[in-house]
Amino acid sequence: MTDLTDLGVAAIRDGVRAGGFSARDVAEAFIARVSAAKPLNAFLVETPDHALAAADATDAARAAGDTPKPLAGVPIGMKDLFCTKGVPATAASLILDGFTPTYESTVSGKLFAAGAGMLGKLNMDQFAMGSSNETSAFGNVISPWKRNDGGNAALTPGGSSGGSAAAVSARLCPGATGTDTGGSIRQPAAFTGIAGIKPTYGRCSRWGVVAFASSLDQAGPMARDVRDCAIMLEAMTGFDPKDATSLDLPVPAWEAGLSADLRGKTIGIPREYRVEGMPPEIDALWQQGIAWMKDAGAEVIEVSLPHTRYALPAYYIIAPAEASSNLARYDGVRYGLRDLPEGANLQEMYAATRAAGFGDEVKRRIMIGTYVLSAGFYDAYFTQASKVRTLIARDFERAFEQCDYLLTPTAPSAAFALGEKQADPIAMYLNDVFTVPASLAGLPAMSVPGGLDAQGLPLGLQIIGRPLDEQGVLNAGLAIEQRAGFVARPEAWW
Amino acid sequence: MSVDIATVKKIASLARIAITEEDAARLAPELDNIMGWIEQLGEVDTADVAPMTAVIPNHLRLREDVVTDGNVRDLVLANAPQAEHGFFTVPKVIE
Repeated sequence: MTDLTDLGVAAIRDGVRAGGFSARDVAEAFIARVSAAKPLNAFLVETPDHALAAADATDAARAAGDTPKPLAGVPIGMKDLFCTKGVPATAASLILDGFTPTYESTVSGKLFAAGAGMLGKLNMDQFAMGSSNETSAFGNVISPWKRNDGGNAALTPGGSSGGSAAAVSARLCPGATGTDTGGSIRQPAAFTGIAGIKPTYGRCSRWGVVAFASSLDQAGPMARDVRDCAIMLEAMTGFDPKDATSLDLPVPAWEAGLSADLRGKTIGIPREYRVEGMPPEIDALWQQGIAWMKDAGAEVIEVSLPHTRYALPAYYIIAPAEASSNLARYDGVRYGLRDLPEGANLQEMYAATRAAGFGDEVKRRIMIGTYVLSAGFYDAYFTQASKVRTLIARDFERAFEQCDYLLTPTAPSAAFALGEKQADPIAMYLNDVFTVPASLAGLPAMSVPGGLDAQGLPLGLQIIGRPLDEQGVLNAGLAIEQRAGFVARPEAWW
Repeated sequence: MSVDIATVKKIASLARIAITEEDAARLAPELDNIMGWIEQLGEVDTADVAPMTAVIPNHLRLREDVVTDGNVRDLVLANAPQAEHGFFTVPKVIE
Protein backbone atom coordinates (compact mmCIF):
# COMPACT_ATOMS: atom_id res chain seq x y z
CA MET A 1 0.00 0.00 0.00
CA THR A 2 1.22 3.50 -0.82
CA ASP A 3 2.22 5.79 2.00
CA LEU A 4 -0.82 8.03 2.30
CA THR A 5 1.34 10.98 3.37
CA ASP A 6 2.90 10.95 -0.11
CA LEU A 7 -0.44 12.04 -1.54
CA GLY A 8 -1.50 15.60 -2.22
CA VAL A 9 -4.89 17.27 -1.76
CA ALA A 10 -6.43 16.10 -5.07
CA ALA A 11 -5.15 12.53 -4.71
CA ILE A 12 -6.51 12.24 -1.17
CA ARG A 13 -9.86 13.74 -2.12
CA ASP A 14 -10.19 11.44 -5.13
CA GLY A 15 -8.98 8.36 -3.27
CA VAL A 16 -11.40 8.86 -0.40
CA ARG A 17 -14.26 9.44 -2.84
CA ALA A 18 -13.41 6.29 -4.78
CA GLY A 19 -13.12 4.28 -1.59
CA GLY A 20 -9.47 3.34 -2.11
CA PHE A 21 -8.82 4.26 1.51
CA SER A 22 -10.77 5.83 4.34
CA ALA A 23 -10.47 9.40 5.54
CA ARG A 24 -9.57 7.99 8.94
CA ASP A 25 -6.58 6.13 7.45
CA VAL A 26 -5.39 9.39 5.91
CA ALA A 27 -5.83 11.39 9.11
CA GLU A 28 -4.02 8.77 11.20
CA ALA A 29 -1.10 8.63 8.76
CA PHE A 30 -0.60 12.41 8.86
CA ILE A 31 -1.12 12.63 12.63
CA ALA A 32 1.66 10.09 13.14
CA ARG A 33 3.94 12.00 10.80
CA VAL A 34 3.24 15.31 12.53
CA SER A 35 3.99 13.89 15.95
CA ALA A 36 7.26 12.38 14.68
CA ALA A 37 8.47 15.70 13.24
CA LYS A 38 9.04 17.72 16.41
CA PRO A 39 12.60 18.77 15.45
CA LEU A 40 11.18 20.90 12.61
CA ASN A 41 9.15 22.92 15.16
CA ALA A 42 6.53 23.50 12.49
CA PHE A 43 3.49 22.97 14.70
CA LEU A 44 2.70 25.09 17.77
CA VAL A 45 -0.38 23.06 18.69
CA GLU A 46 -1.37 19.63 17.41
CA THR A 47 -5.09 18.96 17.06
CA PRO A 48 -5.38 15.26 16.17
CA ASP A 49 -8.92 15.08 17.54
CA HIS A 50 -10.07 17.74 15.11
CA ALA A 51 -8.56 15.89 12.15
CA LEU A 52 -10.03 12.56 13.28
CA ALA A 53 -13.51 13.98 13.86
CA ALA A 54 -13.56 15.50 10.36
CA ALA A 55 -12.29 12.21 8.92
CA ASP A 56 -14.95 10.18 10.71
CA ALA A 57 -17.64 12.58 9.50
CA THR A 58 -16.35 12.09 5.95
CA ASP A 59 -16.35 8.31 6.25
CA ALA A 60 -19.85 8.30 7.76
CA ALA A 61 -21.15 10.60 5.00
CA ARG A 62 -19.67 8.33 2.36
CA ALA A 63 -21.24 5.25 3.97
CA ALA A 64 -24.58 7.06 3.96
CA GLY A 65 -24.20 7.88 0.27
CA ASP A 66 -24.08 11.67 0.76
CA THR A 67 -22.61 13.91 -1.94
CA PRO A 68 -18.92 14.31 -1.06
CA LYS A 69 -17.73 17.72 0.10
CA PRO A 70 -14.93 19.45 -1.87
CA LEU A 71 -12.21 18.75 0.72
CA ALA A 72 -13.71 15.67 2.35
CA GLY A 73 -10.96 13.53 3.83
CA VAL A 74 -8.20 16.14 3.49
CA PRO A 75 -6.39 17.05 6.73
CA ILE A 76 -4.68 20.43 6.61
CA GLY A 77 -2.37 22.62 8.67
CA MET A 78 -3.54 26.05 9.84
CA LYS A 79 -1.19 29.00 10.16
CA ASP A 80 -1.50 30.27 13.73
CA LEU A 81 -2.70 33.63 12.45
CA PHE A 82 -6.20 32.16 11.92
CA CYS A 83 -8.51 32.02 14.90
CA THR A 84 -10.12 28.61 15.22
CA LYS A 85 -12.77 28.14 17.86
CA GLY A 86 -11.57 26.48 21.05
CA VAL A 87 -7.91 26.13 19.98
CA PRO A 88 -5.28 28.53 21.36
CA ALA A 89 -4.16 31.18 18.86
CA THR A 90 -0.90 33.05 19.44
CA ALA A 91 0.30 34.56 16.14
CA ALA A 92 3.60 33.19 17.53
CA SER A 93 3.65 36.00 20.11
CA LEU A 94 3.74 35.92 23.89
CA ILE A 95 1.28 38.79 23.98
CA LEU A 96 -1.53 36.40 23.04
CA ASP A 97 -0.57 34.06 25.85
CA GLY A 98 -3.64 32.24 27.09
CA PHE A 99 -5.91 33.42 24.27
CA THR A 100 -8.40 30.82 23.03
CA PRO A 101 -10.75 32.19 20.37
CA THR A 102 -14.46 31.78 21.07
CA TYR A 103 -15.18 32.18 17.34
CA GLU A 104 -14.08 30.79 13.99
CA SER A 105 -12.28 32.79 11.29
CA THR A 106 -14.24 32.91 8.04
CA VAL A 107 -11.49 31.16 6.06
CA SER A 108 -10.96 28.30 8.52
CA GLY A 109 -14.75 27.96 8.85
CA LYS A 110 -15.07 27.65 5.08
CA LEU A 111 -12.33 25.01 4.93
CA PHE A 112 -13.98 22.97 7.68
CA ALA A 113 -17.41 23.34 6.04
CA ALA A 114 -15.79 21.95 2.88
CA GLY A 115 -14.87 18.82 4.84
CA ALA A 116 -11.24 19.52 5.75
CA GLY A 117 -9.91 18.54 9.17
CA MET A 118 -7.16 20.36 11.06
CA LEU A 119 -3.91 18.68 12.10
CA GLY A 120 -2.76 21.66 14.13
CA LYS A 121 -1.72 25.29 14.28
CA LEU A 122 1.47 26.18 12.45
CA ASN A 123 4.42 28.20 13.68
CA MET A 124 5.22 31.46 11.90
CA ASP A 125 7.05 34.74 12.24
CA GLN A 126 5.59 36.68 15.13
CA PHE A 127 2.49 38.57 13.87
CA ALA A 128 3.66 37.55 10.37
CA MET A 129 6.52 40.05 10.65
CA GLY A 130 9.58 38.38 9.22
CA SER A 131 10.99 36.57 6.21
CA SER A 132 12.80 33.71 7.91
CA ASN A 133 10.58 32.46 10.74
CA GLU A 134 13.17 33.66 13.25
CA THR A 135 10.84 36.11 14.99
CA SER A 136 8.50 33.47 16.48
CA ALA A 137 8.34 33.55 20.26
CA PHE A 138 8.29 29.76 20.17
CA GLY A 139 11.53 29.10 18.34
CA ASN A 140 12.62 28.94 14.72
CA VAL A 141 10.98 26.60 12.27
CA ILE A 142 13.73 24.47 10.74
CA SER A 143 13.50 23.80 7.02
CA PRO A 144 13.35 20.10 6.14
CA TRP A 145 15.83 20.90 3.35
CA LYS A 146 19.61 20.67 3.77
CA ARG A 147 22.40 21.90 1.55
CA ASN A 148 24.16 19.11 -0.32
CA ASP A 149 27.60 20.32 0.81
CA GLY A 150 27.85 17.73 3.54
CA GLY A 151 27.39 20.46 6.16
CA ASN A 152 24.51 20.35 8.53
CA ALA A 153 23.53 24.01 8.62
CA ALA A 154 19.93 24.54 9.74
CA LEU A 155 18.18 26.50 7.01
CA THR A 156 15.24 28.87 7.11
CA PRO A 157 11.96 27.68 5.60
CA GLY A 158 11.29 31.35 4.78
CA GLY A 159 8.60 33.45 6.35
CA SER A 160 6.32 34.47 7.57
CA SER A 161 4.36 31.30 6.71
CA GLY A 162 7.43 29.19 7.56
CA GLY A 163 5.60 26.52 9.54
CA SER A 164 3.15 26.06 6.68
CA ALA A 165 5.97 25.74 4.15
CA ALA A 166 8.03 23.33 6.25
CA ALA A 167 4.98 21.18 7.05
CA VAL A 168 3.87 20.83 3.43
CA SER A 169 7.34 20.16 2.05
CA ALA A 170 8.10 17.61 4.80
CA ARG A 171 4.78 15.87 3.97
CA LEU A 172 3.33 16.57 7.42
CA CYS A 173 0.17 17.81 5.71
CA PRO A 174 -0.93 17.86 2.07
CA GLY A 175 -1.83 21.53 2.23
CA ALA A 176 -1.83 24.43 4.65
CA THR A 177 -3.18 27.94 4.97
CA GLY A 178 -0.80 30.84 4.71
CA THR A 179 -1.13 34.59 4.73
CA ASP A 180 0.76 37.04 2.58
CA THR A 181 1.33 40.70 3.43
CA GLY A 182 4.52 41.31 1.44
CA GLY A 183 5.45 37.82 0.26
CA SER A 184 4.75 35.59 3.24
CA ILE A 185 3.15 32.82 1.14
CA ARG A 186 5.31 33.05 -1.97
CA GLN A 187 8.82 33.36 -0.48
CA PRO A 188 8.51 30.39 1.92
CA ALA A 189 6.89 28.34 -0.87
CA ALA A 190 9.91 29.09 -3.06
CA PHE A 191 12.39 28.23 -0.27
CA THR A 192 10.81 24.83 0.34
CA GLY A 193 9.93 23.65 -3.17
CA ILE A 194 6.16 23.93 -2.94
CA ALA A 195 3.42 26.03 -4.58
CA GLY A 196 1.53 28.89 -3.00
CA ILE A 197 -0.85 31.56 -4.23
CA LYS A 198 -1.84 34.93 -2.84
CA PRO A 199 -5.17 35.82 -4.45
CA THR A 200 -6.38 39.30 -5.33
CA TYR A 201 -6.81 41.49 -2.25
CA GLY A 202 -10.37 40.99 -1.00
CA ARG A 203 -10.88 37.43 -2.31
CA CYS A 204 -10.34 35.79 1.11
CA SER A 205 -12.04 37.28 4.13
CA ARG A 206 -9.73 38.76 6.76
CA TRP A 207 -12.32 38.21 9.49
CA GLY A 208 -10.86 36.23 12.37
CA VAL A 209 -7.31 36.49 11.01
CA VAL A 210 -4.94 38.29 13.39
CA ALA A 211 -4.28 41.60 11.66
CA PHE A 212 -0.82 42.81 10.61
CA ALA A 213 -1.31 45.39 7.81
CA SER A 214 -4.94 45.40 6.80
CA SER A 215 -4.60 46.94 3.34
CA LEU A 216 -2.11 44.21 2.38
CA ASP A 217 -3.03 41.06 4.35
CA GLN A 218 -4.44 38.24 2.21
CA ALA A 219 -4.88 34.57 3.00
CA GLY A 220 -4.05 31.85 0.50
CA PRO A 221 -3.19 28.18 0.20
CA MET A 222 0.21 26.48 0.22
CA ALA A 223 0.36 22.97 -1.22
CA ARG A 224 2.49 20.63 -3.26
CA ASP A 225 1.22 21.63 -6.70
CA VAL A 226 -0.92 24.06 -8.64
CA ARG A 227 -4.04 21.88 -8.75
CA ASP A 228 -3.98 21.43 -4.98
CA CYS A 229 -3.69 25.20 -4.56
CA ALA A 230 -6.68 25.72 -6.89
CA ILE A 231 -8.81 23.26 -4.91
CA MET A 232 -7.97 24.85 -1.57
CA LEU A 233 -8.34 28.41 -2.86
CA GLU A 234 -11.88 27.64 -4.07
CA ALA A 235 -12.78 26.51 -0.56
CA MET A 236 -11.16 29.54 1.14
CA THR A 237 -12.55 32.29 -1.09
CA GLY A 238 -15.88 34.05 -1.08
CA PHE A 239 -17.80 37.13 -0.01
CA ASP A 240 -18.00 37.82 3.69
CA PRO A 241 -20.15 40.71 4.99
CA LYS A 242 -17.99 40.74 8.14
CA ASP A 243 -14.95 42.06 6.20
CA ALA A 244 -15.52 45.56 4.77
CA THR A 245 -12.96 44.92 1.99
CA SER A 246 -14.32 41.50 1.02
CA LEU A 247 -15.13 41.31 -2.70
CA ASP A 248 -18.76 40.50 -3.42
CA LEU A 249 -18.05 38.21 -6.35
CA PRO A 250 -18.84 34.59 -7.16
CA VAL A 251 -16.03 32.07 -6.61
CA PRO A 252 -14.70 30.85 -9.97
CA ALA A 253 -14.26 27.12 -10.61
CA TRP A 254 -10.48 27.41 -10.68
CA GLU A 255 -9.71 23.71 -10.66
CA ALA A 256 -12.07 22.97 -13.54
CA GLY A 257 -10.58 25.90 -15.45
CA LEU A 258 -6.96 24.73 -15.23
CA SER A 259 -5.19 24.68 -18.59
CA ALA A 260 -1.49 24.78 -19.34
CA ASP A 261 -2.08 25.96 -22.89
CA LEU A 262 -0.73 29.51 -23.08
CA ARG A 263 -1.25 30.08 -26.82
CA GLY A 264 -2.44 33.63 -27.43
CA LYS A 265 -1.07 34.82 -24.08
CA THR A 266 1.70 37.35 -23.62
CA ILE A 267 4.16 37.14 -20.76
CA GLY A 268 5.89 40.30 -19.59
CA ILE A 269 9.41 40.23 -18.18
CA PRO A 270 9.91 43.33 -16.01
CA ARG A 271 13.39 44.67 -16.68
CA GLU A 272 13.64 46.38 -13.28
CA TYR A 273 13.55 42.97 -11.55
CA ARG A 274 17.03 42.24 -12.86
CA VAL A 275 18.55 43.50 -9.62
CA GLU A 276 22.20 44.08 -8.92
CA GLY A 277 23.96 41.18 -7.30
CA MET A 278 21.34 38.61 -8.26
CA PRO A 279 22.93 35.16 -8.17
CA PRO A 280 23.51 33.72 -11.68
CA GLU A 281 21.48 30.65 -10.79
CA ILE A 282 18.40 32.78 -10.13
CA ASP A 283 18.84 34.48 -13.48
CA ALA A 284 19.39 31.12 -15.19
CA LEU A 285 16.14 29.79 -13.74
CA TRP A 286 14.35 32.94 -14.88
CA GLN A 287 15.65 32.39 -18.44
CA GLN A 288 14.54 28.77 -18.21
CA GLY A 289 11.09 29.96 -17.13
CA ILE A 290 10.94 32.23 -20.17
CA ALA A 291 11.75 29.24 -22.40
CA TRP A 292 9.01 27.20 -20.70
CA MET A 293 6.48 29.98 -21.29
CA LYS A 294 7.38 30.05 -24.99
CA ASP A 295 7.15 26.27 -25.13
CA ALA A 296 3.63 26.54 -23.70
CA GLY A 297 2.69 28.80 -26.61
CA ALA A 298 3.04 32.23 -25.03
CA GLU A 299 4.70 35.26 -26.53
CA VAL A 300 7.33 36.82 -24.26
CA ILE A 301 8.06 40.55 -24.19
CA GLU A 302 10.07 42.88 -21.98
CA VAL A 303 8.07 45.39 -19.95
CA SER A 304 8.97 48.19 -17.55
CA LEU A 305 7.78 48.77 -13.98
CA PRO A 306 9.72 51.99 -13.35
CA HIS A 307 8.90 52.45 -9.65
CA THR A 308 9.94 48.96 -8.58
CA ARG A 309 12.91 50.14 -6.52
CA TYR A 310 10.64 52.26 -4.35
CA ALA A 311 8.28 49.41 -3.48
CA LEU A 312 10.25 48.13 -0.49
CA PRO A 313 10.74 51.51 1.23
CA ALA A 314 7.04 52.33 0.61
CA TYR A 315 6.09 48.97 2.07
CA TYR A 316 8.24 49.60 5.15
CA ILE A 317 6.26 52.74 5.83
CA ILE A 318 2.76 51.48 5.01
CA ALA A 319 2.95 48.05 6.68
CA PRO A 320 4.47 49.27 9.99
CA ALA A 321 2.04 52.23 10.06
CA GLU A 322 -0.92 49.90 9.75
CA ALA A 323 0.66 47.49 12.22
CA SER A 324 1.21 50.18 14.83
CA SER A 325 -2.48 50.98 14.62
CA ASN A 326 -3.71 47.37 14.50
CA LEU A 327 -1.50 46.21 17.35
CA ALA A 328 -2.69 49.00 19.64
CA ARG A 329 -5.41 46.54 20.69
CA TYR A 330 -2.93 44.49 22.75
CA ASP A 331 -3.33 46.34 26.00
CA GLY A 332 -3.50 43.63 28.64
CA VAL A 333 -7.17 44.33 29.25
CA ARG A 334 -9.32 42.25 26.93
CA TYR A 335 -7.26 39.18 26.07
CA GLY A 336 -3.79 37.74 26.23
CA LEU A 337 -0.93 38.74 28.45
CA ARG A 338 -1.15 41.25 31.30
CA ASP A 339 1.97 42.49 33.06
CA LEU A 340 1.03 44.55 36.10
CA PRO A 341 4.11 45.56 38.05
CA GLU A 342 3.56 46.25 41.76
CA GLY A 343 1.89 49.63 42.16
CA ALA A 344 1.64 50.31 38.42
CA ASN A 345 -1.11 52.53 37.04
CA LEU A 346 -3.06 51.85 33.85
CA GLN A 347 -0.58 53.51 31.49
CA GLU A 348 2.31 51.68 33.11
CA MET A 349 0.41 48.42 32.79
CA TYR A 350 -0.05 48.99 29.04
CA ALA A 351 3.64 49.74 28.56
CA ALA A 352 4.85 46.84 30.72
CA THR A 353 2.47 44.39 29.04
CA ARG A 354 3.53 45.42 25.55
CA ALA A 355 7.23 45.39 26.48
CA ALA A 356 6.93 41.86 27.85
CA GLY A 357 4.64 40.50 25.15
CA PHE A 358 6.01 41.76 21.83
CA GLY A 359 9.20 40.43 20.29
CA ASP A 360 12.02 42.67 19.03
CA GLU A 361 10.94 42.78 15.38
CA VAL A 362 7.33 43.54 16.31
CA LYS A 363 8.46 46.37 18.59
CA ARG A 364 10.74 47.68 15.84
CA ARG A 365 7.86 47.81 13.35
CA ILE A 366 5.38 49.31 15.81
CA MET A 367 7.92 52.01 16.58
CA ILE A 368 8.65 52.72 12.89
CA GLY A 369 4.90 52.90 12.31
CA THR A 370 4.35 55.19 15.27
CA TYR A 371 7.17 57.42 14.08
CA VAL A 372 5.94 57.78 10.48
CA LEU A 373 2.40 58.54 11.68
CA SER A 374 3.43 61.01 14.35
CA ALA A 375 2.68 64.71 14.18
CA GLY A 376 4.92 66.51 11.69
CA PHE A 377 6.02 63.37 9.84
CA TYR A 378 2.73 62.00 8.53
CA ASP A 379 2.79 63.76 5.15
CA ALA A 380 6.49 63.30 4.52
CA TYR A 381 6.32 59.57 5.17
CA PHE A 382 2.85 58.04 5.15
CA THR A 383 1.23 60.26 2.51
CA GLN A 384 4.30 60.08 0.28
CA ALA A 385 4.39 56.28 0.58
CA SER A 386 0.68 56.09 -0.28
CA LYS A 387 1.33 58.21 -3.38
CA VAL A 388 4.23 55.99 -4.40
CA ARG A 389 1.90 53.04 -3.91
CA THR A 390 -0.45 54.61 -6.48
CA LEU A 391 2.48 54.89 -8.90
CA ILE A 392 3.46 51.26 -8.34
CA ALA A 393 -0.10 50.10 -9.05
CA ARG A 394 -0.14 52.32 -12.15
CA ASP A 395 3.09 50.69 -13.38
CA PHE A 396 1.35 47.31 -13.24
CA GLU A 397 -1.77 48.65 -14.99
CA ARG A 398 0.36 49.95 -17.85
CA ALA A 399 2.32 46.70 -18.10
CA PHE A 400 -0.92 44.74 -18.25
CA GLU A 401 -1.96 46.79 -21.29
CA GLN A 402 0.85 44.97 -23.10
CA CYS A 403 0.88 41.54 -21.46
CA ASP A 404 -1.32 39.06 -19.57
CA TYR A 405 1.05 37.93 -16.83
CA LEU A 406 4.44 38.84 -15.44
CA LEU A 407 7.13 36.24 -14.82
CA THR A 408 9.85 36.90 -12.22
CA PRO A 409 11.95 34.99 -9.73
CA THR A 410 10.12 34.67 -6.38
CA ALA A 411 13.11 35.53 -4.19
CA PRO A 412 16.61 36.89 -4.87
CA SER A 413 18.28 33.82 -3.33
CA ALA A 414 17.68 30.26 -2.18
CA ALA A 415 16.99 29.58 1.50
CA PHE A 416 19.70 30.97 3.77
CA ALA A 417 20.98 29.60 7.03
CA LEU A 418 19.19 30.53 10.25
CA GLY A 419 21.00 33.41 11.92
CA GLU A 420 22.69 34.52 8.69
CA LYS A 421 20.68 37.73 8.15
CA GLN A 422 19.35 38.42 11.61
CA ALA A 423 21.80 41.14 12.49
CA ASP A 424 20.74 43.39 9.62
CA PRO A 425 17.02 44.19 9.35
CA ILE A 426 17.40 45.82 5.93
CA ALA A 427 19.19 42.79 4.44
CA MET A 428 16.27 40.72 5.68
CA TYR A 429 13.71 43.14 4.22
CA LEU A 430 15.44 42.94 0.81
CA ASN A 431 14.44 39.29 0.60
CA ASP A 432 10.95 40.44 -0.34
CA VAL A 433 12.10 42.65 -3.21
CA PHE A 434 10.23 40.64 -5.88
CA THR A 435 7.08 39.90 -3.89
CA VAL A 436 6.26 43.24 -2.25
CA PRO A 437 5.30 45.21 -5.41
CA ALA A 438 2.38 42.86 -6.28
CA SER A 439 1.22 43.05 -2.64
CA LEU A 440 1.17 46.85 -2.75
CA ALA A 441 -0.97 46.63 -5.91
CA GLY A 442 -3.27 43.94 -4.47
CA LEU A 443 -2.58 41.60 -7.42
CA PRO A 444 -2.87 37.81 -7.50
CA ALA A 445 0.56 36.18 -7.55
CA MET A 446 1.91 32.70 -7.05
CA SER A 447 5.19 30.88 -6.64
CA VAL A 448 5.84 27.49 -8.20
CA PRO A 449 9.01 25.42 -7.85
CA GLY A 450 11.31 25.76 -10.85
CA GLY A 451 14.34 23.68 -9.94
CA LEU A 452 17.25 23.23 -7.56
CA ASP A 453 20.37 25.34 -7.23
CA ALA A 454 23.90 23.92 -7.10
CA GLN A 455 23.52 23.37 -3.36
CA GLY A 456 20.43 21.25 -3.93
CA LEU A 457 18.00 23.87 -2.65
CA PRO A 458 14.67 24.74 -4.31
CA LEU A 459 14.17 27.93 -6.30
CA GLY A 460 10.79 29.36 -7.23
CA LEU A 461 9.33 31.33 -10.10
CA GLN A 462 6.63 33.93 -9.53
CA ILE A 463 3.68 34.69 -11.80
CA ILE A 464 1.78 37.94 -11.24
CA GLY A 465 -1.60 38.51 -12.88
CA ARG A 466 -4.24 41.16 -13.39
CA PRO A 467 -6.71 41.81 -10.57
CA LEU A 468 -9.13 38.85 -10.22
CA ASP A 469 -7.24 36.73 -12.78
CA GLU A 470 -6.25 33.94 -10.41
CA GLN A 471 -7.19 31.53 -13.20
CA GLY A 472 -4.54 32.96 -15.49
CA VAL A 473 -1.95 32.91 -12.72
CA LEU A 474 -2.76 29.28 -11.89
CA ASN A 475 -2.64 28.31 -15.57
CA ALA A 476 0.74 29.92 -16.15
CA GLY A 477 1.91 28.22 -12.95
CA LEU A 478 0.67 24.91 -14.28
CA ALA A 479 2.56 25.43 -17.55
CA ILE A 480 5.77 25.94 -15.57
CA GLU A 481 5.04 23.03 -13.25
CA GLN A 482 4.50 20.60 -16.13
CA ARG A 483 7.76 21.61 -17.76
CA ALA A 484 9.87 21.88 -14.63
CA GLY A 485 8.92 18.35 -13.56
CA PHE A 486 9.96 19.25 -10.02
CA VAL A 487 9.97 16.05 -7.95
CA ALA A 488 12.79 16.75 -5.50
CA ARG A 489 11.86 16.42 -1.84
CA PRO A 490 13.81 16.76 1.36
CA GLU A 491 15.25 13.58 2.76
CA ALA A 492 13.79 12.89 6.21
CA TRP A 493 16.47 13.61 8.87
CA TRP A 494 14.11 14.71 11.65
CA MET B 1 16.44 63.54 9.79
CA SER B 2 18.06 61.32 12.34
CA VAL B 3 16.56 59.20 15.08
CA ASP B 4 18.32 59.86 18.37
CA ILE B 5 17.83 58.38 21.83
CA ALA B 6 15.39 61.10 22.88
CA THR B 7 13.27 60.44 19.78
CA VAL B 8 13.27 56.70 20.47
CA LYS B 9 12.03 57.32 24.01
CA LYS B 10 9.30 59.60 22.72
CA ILE B 11 8.15 57.05 20.10
CA ALA B 12 8.20 54.24 22.65
CA SER B 13 6.08 56.33 24.97
CA LEU B 14 3.59 57.10 22.18
CA ALA B 15 3.51 53.39 21.30
CA ARG B 16 3.01 52.42 24.97
CA ILE B 17 6.07 50.18 25.04
CA ALA B 18 8.27 50.36 28.13
CA ILE B 19 11.96 50.54 27.21
CA THR B 20 15.15 50.71 29.22
CA GLU B 21 18.06 53.09 28.63
CA GLU B 22 19.95 50.22 27.01
CA ASP B 23 17.00 49.46 24.71
CA ALA B 24 16.86 53.10 23.65
CA ALA B 25 20.60 53.21 22.99
CA ARG B 26 20.41 50.03 20.90
CA LEU B 27 17.26 51.05 18.99
CA ALA B 28 18.39 54.56 18.05
CA PRO B 29 21.03 53.60 15.45
CA GLU B 30 18.88 50.69 14.27
CA LEU B 31 15.81 52.82 13.60
CA ASP B 32 17.98 55.61 12.24
CA ASN B 33 19.46 53.19 9.72
CA ILE B 34 16.03 51.96 8.63
CA MET B 35 14.62 55.48 8.37
CA GLY B 36 17.69 56.54 6.39
CA TRP B 37 17.00 53.76 3.90
CA ILE B 38 13.34 54.79 3.67
CA GLU B 39 14.30 58.43 2.96
CA GLN B 40 14.90 57.55 -0.71
CA LEU B 41 11.13 57.76 -1.23
CA GLY B 42 11.53 61.53 -1.14
CA GLU B 43 13.18 61.32 -4.60
CA VAL B 44 9.93 60.31 -6.26
CA ASP B 45 7.97 63.11 -7.92
CA THR B 46 4.43 62.71 -6.62
CA ALA B 47 3.22 66.25 -7.31
CA ASP B 48 0.11 65.21 -9.24
CA VAL B 49 -0.43 61.81 -7.67
CA ALA B 50 -3.27 60.96 -5.30
CA PRO B 51 -2.43 58.73 -2.34
CA MET B 52 -3.85 55.23 -2.69
CA THR B 53 -6.86 54.67 -0.46
CA ALA B 54 -8.22 51.37 -1.84
CA VAL B 55 -6.02 48.82 -3.51
CA ILE B 56 -8.88 47.15 -5.43
CA PRO B 57 -11.84 49.33 -6.48
CA ASN B 58 -14.69 48.26 -4.23
CA HIS B 59 -17.79 50.09 -3.12
CA LEU B 60 -18.39 50.52 0.59
CA ARG B 61 -21.51 48.61 1.46
CA LEU B 62 -24.32 49.69 3.71
CA ARG B 63 -26.21 47.16 5.74
CA GLU B 64 -29.55 47.18 7.47
CA ASP B 65 -29.43 49.09 10.73
CA VAL B 66 -30.33 46.09 12.85
CA VAL B 67 -28.66 44.11 15.60
CA THR B 68 -26.95 41.04 14.13
CA ASP B 69 -24.83 40.07 17.09
CA GLY B 70 -24.76 40.45 20.83
CA ASN B 71 -25.78 38.80 24.08
CA VAL B 72 -22.36 37.17 24.24
CA ARG B 73 -20.96 38.96 27.29
CA ASP B 74 -19.42 35.87 28.78
CA LEU B 75 -17.74 34.96 25.50
CA VAL B 76 -16.35 38.49 25.20
CA LEU B 77 -14.95 38.29 28.72
CA ALA B 78 -13.75 34.69 28.40
CA ASN B 79 -10.20 35.67 27.47
CA ALA B 80 -9.79 38.66 29.77
CA PRO B 81 -6.71 38.49 32.00
CA GLN B 82 -8.98 39.78 34.76
CA ALA B 83 -12.77 40.17 34.74
CA GLU B 84 -15.15 40.74 37.63
CA HIS B 85 -18.92 41.11 37.88
CA GLY B 86 -19.27 41.01 34.10
CA PHE B 87 -16.69 43.72 33.44
CA PHE B 88 -13.07 43.99 32.33
CA THR B 89 -11.04 45.21 35.25
CA VAL B 90 -8.01 47.49 35.21
CA PRO B 91 -5.86 49.15 37.88
CA LYS B 92 -7.52 52.06 39.61
CA VAL B 93 -7.43 55.17 37.36
CA ILE B 94 -9.02 57.69 39.75
CA GLU B 95 -7.35 58.49 43.03
